[in-house]
Amino acid sequence: MIYLELFWEFFKMGLFSVGGGLATIPFLYDIGRRYDWLDTAVIPDMIAISESTPGPIGINMATYTGYTAAGIFGALIASLAIILPSAIIVLLISGFLASFGRDKRVLNTMYGLRPASLGLITAAAFMLFKVSVITYDAFVESGNILDIIDIKALVLFVCLLVIRLFFRKIHPILFIVFAGAIGIIFNF
Amino acid sequence: MRILLELYWIFFKVGLFTFGGGYTMLPLLQKEVVEKKKWLTSEEIIDFYTLSQCTPGIIAVNVSTYIGFKKKRFWGGIISALGVATPSIIVITVIAAVLTNFLHIKEVAYAFTGIRVAVTALVIVTIVDMYKKSVVDWLCIILYIASFLLSVLTSISPVFIVLGAGITGLVLGTRMRERKGDNDDIS
Repeated sequence: MIYLELFWEFFKMGLFSVGGGLATIPFLYDIGRRYDWLDTAVIPDMIAISESTPGPIGINMATYTGYTAAGIFGALIASLAIILPSAIIVLLISGFLASFGRDKRVLNTMYGLRPASLGLITAAAFMLFKVSVITYDAFVESGNILDIIDIKALVLFVCLLVIRLFFRKIHPILFIVFAGAIGIIFNF
Repeated sequence: MRILLELYWIFFKVGLFTFGGGYTMLPLLQKEVVEKKKWLTSEEIIDFYTLSQCTPGIIAVNVSTYIGFKKKRFWGGIISALGVATPSIIVITVIAAVLTNFLHIKEVAYAFTGIRVAVTALVIVTIVDMYKKSVVDWLCIILYIASFLLSVLTSISPVFIVLGAGITGLVLGTRMRERKGDNDDIS
């Protein structure tokens, strides 16, 4: 029964992948090895599409795998299955925090967790910057030091950063749409 | 009921304009939930991200569920999680069904390159804002730099980085926080 298999596999993935959508990749390969409804050869393409299309990577991957395995109904089941454990666990923790959020030990732990969490987000931003502005591969290929950064992307990056710093009222969605249009107009 | 619909719509929008992992939602959440609706403070958003990083599951879903619960308890959490996932389900199903060569369309590739740059800039500015609020003394600076470096330079799971920082806070937090008379709470 493919729907049950999908549900079970993605439920497990939701339960055991800690730390973001990319943590689901090893699970996908494992599924590909064990079931014939997922071909491991298509996983890299799936990751590429999940990373760049709208929606958080983790859910995108679940929808994509579910659809390839069993059509629209499969996409729905896999997506709901990956959400379910998160939702249950978070609801339990939220209930706990509602009662113990003022406890000194909780406050102390959060005090230490916050900067670490921001450090992880900064690391993610650093990776984003590397992917979007730095073109190390092109540099290795051509040997030309100018190829190490994507000049067009760097100019756009600096402009957007400055605009963002001075005009906080502009909605982030506008930035995203604008940058997408710039990308098309100037052939990024 | 109205609030549940609002939650669904906000998280639908956030899901639709998230390109990448759960971190890229941060500027959108800051705008929608903190600045426009004033349902949460930016400190609370950091706390929910922090919790989401050590809670099993997709970060985007975790953050949405925490925020939804905070606003409207059980159903708020459920509705927000469904809201953030809905655009993925629609968009990816369409792509998988009819646009299998999606990424090979030239204009699409150009647009995404631009979008990635924008997302990077947005996330960096949000980090700068949040830094002022969560990195409040020298111990925090050490924890911040250590977790950044560990994450970039090693393949240690974020779970252990977060655990280490949590234990440090639990052990040293009282001394550090009493010094500056801190009395915030996360309930």
